[in-house]
Amino acid sequence: MASRDYMHRLPDSHGGLSRPVSFSRRWHIDVPLLVLLLVLAGVGLVVLYSASGGEVHYVRRQSVFLGLALVVMLVAAQIPLDMYRRWSPWLYVGGCGLLVAVLFFGVGAKGAQRWLEIGGFRFQPSEALKLAVPMSVAAFLHKRNLPPSFFTVLGALAIVGVPAALIVRQPDLGTAILIAASGIFALYLAGLSWKLIGGALLALAAAAYPMWEWGMRDYQRQRVLTLFDPEADRLGAGWNIFQSKAAIGSGGLYGKGYMQGTQSQLDFLPESHTDFIIAVLSEEWGLRGALLLLLLYVLIIARGIYISFMAQHVFGRLLAGSITLTFFVYVFVNIGMVSGLLPVVGVPLPLVSHGGTSVVTLMAGFGILMAIGTERRRVSF
Amino acid sequence: MPQDLHLKDHHSELRLFRNRMLVALVGVAVLLGVLVARFYNLQVVNYDDYRTQSDENRIQVRPVPPTRGLIYDRNGTLLADNRPSYNLSIVHERVQDMDATLELIGRLIQLDDADVQKFRQRMQRRRPFEPIPLRFRLSEEEIARISVNEFRLPGVSVEAELVRYYPLEKLFAHSVGYVGRINERELGRFTEEDVRRYRGTQSIGKVGLERSYEDRLLGEVGYENVETNARGRVLRVLERHDPKPGQSLTLNLDARLQKVATETLGDNRGSVVAIDVKTGGVLAFVSKPSFDPNLFVTGISFQDYRALSDSLDVPLFNRALQGQYPAGSTLKPMMALGGLADGVVDAEYTVNDPGYYVLPNDDRRYRDWKRWGHGKNVDLIQAITESCDVYFYDMAARWNIDQMHDVATRFGLGAKTGIDLPVERPGLFPSREWKRGARGLPWFPGDSLNAVLGQGFVLATPLQLAVMTATIANRGTHYRPQVVKAVGGREQPPEILHHVEARPEHWDLVFKGMEQVVYNIRGTGKAVGKGLDFKVAGKTGTAQVVGIAQGERYDSEALKERHRDHALFVAFAPLDDPQIAVSVLVENGEHSSEVAQPVAREVFRDWMSRPLEETADAGNTDSNGEGTRG
Repeated sequence: MASRDYMHRLPDSHGGLSRPVSFSRRWHIDVPLLVLLLVLAGVGLVVLYSASGGEVHYVRRQSVFLGLALVVMLVAAQIPLDMYRRWSPWLYVGGCGLLVAVLFFGVGAKGAQRWLEIGGFRFQPSEALKLAVPMSVAAFLHKRNLPPSFFTVLGALAIVGVPAALIVRQPDLGTAILIAASGIFALYLAGLSWKLIGGALLALAAAAYPMWEWGMRDYQRQRVLTLFDPEADRLGAGWNIFQSKAAIGSGGLYGKGYMQGTQSQLDFLPESHTDFIIAVLSEEWGLRGALLLLLLYVLIIARGIYISFMAQHVFGRLLAGSITLTFFVYVFVNIGMVSGLLPVVGVPLPLVSHGGTSVVTLMAGFGILMAIGTERRRVSF
Repeated sequence: MPQDLHLKDHHSELRLFRNRMLVALVGVAVLLGVLVARFYNLQVVNYDDYRTQSDENRIQVRPVPPTRGLIYDRNGTLLADNRPSYNLSIVHERVQDMDATLELIGRLIQLDDADVQKFRQRMQRRRPFEPIPLRFRLSEEEIARISVNEFRLPGVSVEAELVRYYPLEKLFAHSVGYVGRINERELGRFTEEDVRRYRGTQSIGKVGLERSYEDRLLGEVGYENVETNARGRVLRVLERHDPKPGQSLTLNLDARLQKVATETLGDNRGSVVAIDVKTGGVLAFVSKPSFDPNLFVTGISFQDYRALSDSLDVPLFNRALQGQYPAGSTLKPMMALGGLADGVVDAEYTVNDPGYYVLPNDDRRYRDWKRWGHGKNVDLIQAITESCDVYFYDMAARWNIDQMHDVATRFGLGAKTGIDLPVERPGLFPSREWKRGARGLPWFPGDSLNAVLGQGFVLATPLQLAVMTATIANRGTHYRPQVVKAVGGREQPPEILHHVEARPEHWDLVFKGMEQVVYNIRGTGKAVGKGLDFKVAGKTGTAQVVGIAQGERYDSEALKERHRDHALFVAFAPLDDPQIAVSVLVENGEHSSEVAQPVAREVFRDWMSRPLEETADAGNTDSNGEGTRG
């Protein structure tokens, strides 16, 4: 594949030689990835139908979201990679500006301000930064020698730190950690020295106690405590975990059957159509269904890693790797939380949980991934 | 551009990236392995535990309360029924703003402060997610109003429940009694077994038979396994164990006789107790005034209760069971028998009655009710017939109080009769020992003179007087009075408590005296026999309400109505084969012949006019009951 690319060049904006290209490269669509995403979204709709108690309302809404997200993905795939790289600082600065605005004008519920409302339309600026942060870090590292020098690492950490700190202030610790992780993944893939990684982990361990004592809010502490002893507060904070574990466990190997899950159908399972949807799937389809879903995610991640391996430039490579690993983190955190391994943080199951914002952001990320995977080769010497 | 200054080593960068990614992949694989292991642990290893947890979640055991046993009179007339009542209940946990909800309900249906107050009390001791009743007996219109507004009233529901209903209202309030909501005090007394038995049951017998037969009437609670959703709504019944209904009671009481007694008593306050001489079965049990027991079933309102408890006539007071009155001269036949049996007097013994009696070594005059006395040579029969006080003063003076006490005890005075109604009062017949203990005083001869006339310390309930009369009518067989004839279709056998031993000719003398009370021209009880085609024997009595000082004359006109004497009358019929014994008390009735005797007469007339089967034991329901009593 690579050798032929040198011989055929398209007369595109970059000038240079080209060859007649495949459908995939012409339309910037990665067909295996697209197929996998469509299958996952389809499975998601089927489970969502059951999770919402056989009501088409949520399924219809989610279908609209998915359609919209698909369009966003295809559009994102058409944008040349260079443009992402060059625009990423502006995207980043704009995003941070909106985060500052949230702190002053934001609206929200349950003591957290996460939303901006403009003309009756609500959106969450932190979503945009899920892509802007890894993009900016990748772009920042793109021009520098790798492995990064100490000052380069400091610069990258600053890029990660500013929005993460702003989001912590909302407060939305879960999102802040995930966004920070996406930037740090890019830094890690660029060759962040193991010494620094080890040192950071040690520092984190040392900071854990002061964090617990002074840095966390009561409800956050409660969630962590609940994780270790869900039985202690069965009707209060432990309810969610207790019920989701019962749902998953009672599904057994083969499940109770589609639409037959008593935990979800009789409303014992909270948030069954959003964050806890995998408990519905596990209850009704059993371990069998849960493993098949995991397999779908593994295939998507594998495809993302393949794309990152094939990317030609540092920017695309780091961004693709970061997007893919972050995607995995979403999957892991959600499933870990629902199955009682991790504290309850509001992370939806990618492409399966009901909710528009996360689907659009995720698909935009996959659009960028496709843009990377279908980038036209050019001689960079 | 940096590219110009520093040539990037693309190959080493790519290698570095791929290495890093491979390390990350190992991490991903490990974490995936953790997830798979977690799911395997939940869904395979601990499958049984979670399966049980999820079943316990959705399946709930709900108690199914039994239907309370019904109560019938001896002829099958329903005295206590169960009727569906539509109640408005609220589950506190599902209501966001209780005040607003109550306010809205108050605008939809009639709701007074007492309802709300009681509701708040009930809320204090609720179990989680238990519906707490707010209003009972909703009308059709009220049910409709609530249904229409259901969406504005989360947690509010209309529930059907079987509640007690007493179709004859006031008539049997003092015997059948009533049930009411289980209150805190009763709940506090519950044993663990009681808590189980009353699961799902709201009511408990408070008064009367409803209380004394509570265990039989209650029944055995059933249960059902229901599938509920997380909000507790029942979706379907998975398994059901039916409750066992409570046993029904058939009473000795006769609704028609009760009605006759109640009506002939008129507006007077008082009591009528009629007893089946052959069994001790209580045929009529009247205490007037009465009240409507239905008021109490779902909780009486404050105003209603105050009206009943503040009334000067004390309608809630069970005169027949708990009213302790001086027995007066109604004791004379019993005392005569005792005197004969103990050899104090005999058929020939006579006294002279100048209108008063004086104890040796005492100048106090014990007056006869007849100012100028009953003349010379008054014998036992005349003494009973005319109720000659001096004859009995003389007898008491020569008798021993402890022997008198023995006689009274054997006829059922001075102790609870053992009737199957709760909270009976024992009355009092004094003895030396009692006086020393209670008053710290020795017995004076004058005390005996008061006791023989049923005055002084003597107190008896109308029920005790009826039992005493039935025992005389039986020639000594003293049955335990029983209101209930059969429980759950099983007859309660009559129970003999005592047999009073006396020679037949002594009984004959007492019978003769009581007959003469009714049929002698100078008898005090002539009114009872009028117009009856069978013979009656009886004895009048007067219970003083206010003591009359020595030398003072009794002037009824000057006394307020409530200071007048109580009129008493005891009787049995027919004379030759006694079937029924009656005691009548009319508070402040003064003249037995005008108020008390007509009641006894109508009770006799009604009872003796029945076809045989009605008055006979309930066991003979297959007999055709041809013919009537002669």
